[in-house]
Amino acid sequence: MTAAVFFGCAFIAFGPAFSLFIFTIARDPLRVIILIAGAFFWLLSLLLSSLVWFIAMKASNAEDTKVQTGLLIFGVFFSVLLQEVFRFAYYRLLRKANEGLAAISDEETSPISVQQMAYVAGLGFGIISGAFSMINILSDTLGPGTVGIFGDSQYYFITSALMTLAITLLQIFWGVVFFDGCEKSRWWVIAVVVCLHLLVSGLSLLNPLYEGSLPPVYAITVLMAVWAFFASGGSLHNLSLLFTRKILFVLQLICFVKM
Amino acid sequence: MGPESFRWSYLLLISLFYSYVSCSSVEQKIYIQLNNTVPCVRLLNATHQIGCQSSISGDTGVLHVFESEADLEWILTNGPHPPYMVVMEAVFFTRPTMMRMKNSSRVAGVAVISSSTAPSEGFSPHTRCPNQNSGVYGESYGPELANCNNTVWNPLGNNLSYEDFAFPIFFLENDNQTQVIRKCYEDHNVRVNGTAPEYPLCAMQLFSHMHAVTDTVTCMRRTDLQNSFSINPEKLCDPLNDFNVWASIRPLNSSIKGHKENESVVIAATRLDGRSFFWDVATSAEGTVSGIVTLLAAAQALYPVTQEAPPPRNIFFTFFQGEAFDYIGSSRMVYDMQNAKFVIDMDNVHSLLEIGQVGLRNGSNLWIHSDPVSRKNSSVNEEVDKLVKNMQSVASSLKLSVEEPGSSQALPPSSFQRFLRARPIPGLVLADHQSAFINRYYESLYDTPAYLNLTYPPDLSPEEQLEYETEAAKSLSEVATLVARSLYTQAGGDDQFLSNITADTKTVAKLLYGFLIKSNNSWFSSLLPPEALGRGSILGTGAPQYYIGLRLDNTVKSVTRFVQFILANMTGTVLSLNQSQCQNPNSVPDQSKDLYSYSWISGPVSANGTAESYCVRASVRLSKALSPAFELLEYGSREYSTWTESRWKTIGARIFLVASPELEMMTLGVGVAVLIVSLLVTYFISSKAELLFSSTREAPATTY
Repeated sequence: MTAAVFFGCAFIAFGPAFSLFIFTIARDPLRVIILIAGAFFWLLSLLLSSLVWFIAMKASNAEDTKVQTGLLIFGVFFSVLLQEVFRFAYYRLLRKANEGLAAISDEETSPISVQQMAYVAGLGFGIISGAFSMINILSDTLGPGTVGIFGDSQYYFITSALMTLAITLLQIFWGVVFFDGCEKSRWWVIAVVVCLHLLVSGLSLLNPLYEGSLPPVYAITVLMAVWAFFASGGSLHNLSLLFTRKILFVLQLICFVKM
Repeated sequence: MGPESFRWSYLLLISLFYSYVSCSSVEQKIYIQLNNTVPCVRLLNATHQIGCQSSISGDTGVLHVFESEADLEWILTNGPHPPYMVVMEAVFFTRPTMMRMKNSSRVAGVAVISSSTAPSEGFSPHTRCPNQNSGVYGESYGPELANCNNTVWNPLGNNLSYEDFAFPIFFLENDNQTQVIRKCYEDHNVRVNGTAPEYPLCAMQLFSHMHAVTDTVTCMRRTDLQNSFSINPEKLCDPLNDFNVWASIRPLNSSIKGHKENESVVIAATRLDGRSFFWDVATSAEGTVSGIVTLLAAAQALYPVTQEAPPPRNIFFTFFQGEAFDYIGSSRMVYDMQNAKFVIDMDNVHSLLEIGQVGLRNGSNLWIHSDPVSRKNSSVNEEVDKLVKNMQSVASSLKLSVEEPGSSQALPPSSFQRFLRARPIPGLVLADHQSAFINRYYESLYDTPAYLNLTYPPDLSPEEQLEYETEAAKSLSEVATLVARSLYTQAGGDDQFLSNITADTKTVAKLLYGFLIKSNNSWFSSLLPPEALGRGSILGTGAPQYYIGLRLDNTVKSVTRFVQFILANMTGTVLSLNQSQCQNPNSVPDQSKDLYSYSWISGPVSANGTAESYCVRASVRLSKALSPAFELLEYGSREYSTWTESRWKTIGARIFLVASPELEMMTLGVGVAVLIVSLLVTYFISSKAELLFSSTREAPATTY
């Protein structure tokens, strides 16, 4: 029976990332490369922050819960900042690569736009961070037991999966907005992204108060989605255009059927 | 946030941001591993498998604490969440209950919690007729006495140890963890007014998968096949084996096997092992230890007199290992004697005196059993009569009464039967029972020191307990004196020395303490060689257990070691040799490794913390107690013991909660919905990407 939990959690956590990958990434080799490189940059940030964490853990007294609490909060914020630093580094690298791509391209322009790069890089960050947060938990969903013998919530698995989903999506949106901010040299945008990232990570400290962490995180995700939509060239006009086309199409269809 | 919830968020964060954490952290929130568990394992003989096993990935069931007979109905018929993992106090562990569970598919396993009070009506999971097929009585030898036709030795035996259970059965020490189990059960699984409890439920998983199946023949064949064809052979089962301990009053040259000229020995024997339903839980106080202690004390009492006034015949002390499993030790010694592989042969054996269960004698009565079939032979009968008379006269001087139970009664289960199978030698079995065993807990968990009345006044320190002379010690030392004096007269010694032979009550008390309460005591450690102490000490923490088990790398079971070195100290001479001379005595003139064994003994620890080690020369030796069936490669043997113990990989138990099927299905449903929605949305957006993000570029590179 617990295989159900395993597949359920896997689908929740990785379903959107998977469908994004197959429909938008897989067919374009350049995007695959950018995605993998993005994942690699995130891994580098993880490596560095885990190094720092390791040293901090060794240096501190494991018995002292206060120090450990402080260390944990410090570790979270340090890790977030490192991730954003590496996002910026990756942006710089991609800009450089973009010039090179433009130079060798037939059309004198790069075959990939900055917005597209931002999206692909964000997805790379999202997939790898989602994988790292979820795989350990996934291996335990196979059972036979579930969390709760120490009085913890039995919704641990599904909320972890939902949290992973939110983090994956947020990494995409942050990527898009962040790159847009860099492109337009709007530093406040970058600052907002970093702050939101810190906020989301901080909210997860509220767990297991899921009511306290999950809804705000999802609210931020929706907000970021809207922002990212506009940052990557979307507009209300386009949306209405799309919907009117759709409506027109449907109307035509109805007329056709009636005739 | 409380510390608990903090630990929780810590966990989530760790897994979110730091991969540097072992995957056990989530596991620790799900499972409570149970330590202090003992499984029931699978044993096999030539025709059957007995014991228990789980499936290869462990058996899981919803926990149900068995508190009354009504619970049995809930478990077997009414309960809505089968299969159940039954947790019960040892009092409920009875044959009817277990057999009903055995025949039900609604039981995933059983965990038995130890209890200090033994059932007053008695409990023995052993057979009613122990070792009935490997003793002397059969179609060709006293058929009217075969299969306990004449006397049922263990009438309380319910045969539970010889059943084959398809689910795991574990034994749990009653400690904090059983409280955790009860708490988990009370929090989650308790019925309210007879209605079923709601999910999440507390469950338990037991791992005890056994590699061997069917019988010894099958599993040895498979093992041998692997040995001959596989590069990396894996054994499936191993024969039960260990070592017998023997010693003689006059040294026997162990380098020369077979018949010894001019040697006539009186064998004094007892058994060294016992068993219970569970693996390696066998306190066997009355069943085994009463005999060991008596014989050791008798050996100590005899030794000085035999040095001053050696009797014409040699006295040969032997402790047989594996007797609970169709006489492994004695059948091997007899086999070796018959095949000239032992220091003496059957012709050297004058007579035999075996110490059976002697700890529970009622008043002053002891019983001497003899074999009615061999006594039909007049010369044997004459000898036996002499032995009986000797013993009775010794007993009367000690104000004990020793009687014969009746001329037509068979021998109780005893090693002597294996000697009688080879040859009708005169011999006696000394026991506290006239016919059926007095022991109501034969080969069970309850055959404890308390049953032997080995109780100490409260507020004694361990050292004081070691020295304290209990009633049991006084009673057994009387028996030991009787045994020692009888052996001396049996060996032809002069009656005038008999009064010098008296077993020391203090020694008996210390032996009882060491063998039944705590082997890690100052006296035991002073009698052992230094390498047996220190790190990897064989002393262990609690009481020694008497299940024979098996030796994988030619090590010796700790109990066997204790007997070996205690016997060496009691029947040996201290020599002024240093450690290297002691370990290699052939270099010293007048010393011979063929005649004696030399052991370097730690010695008692003095007040300033240093031990005075010394060298002891004794005639104590170990001899293999591996059934001849495995020497002869006759795994289906009817003649010899064929007991093997299955191998296993993991033995473990853990408790945890299981989620409701509704929650599991909801998780899967949400997952599938998220996947489908995201596939549709992504497809839709990517196909309209040009339109949606049109302001980016005039001609997007995407071709969607």
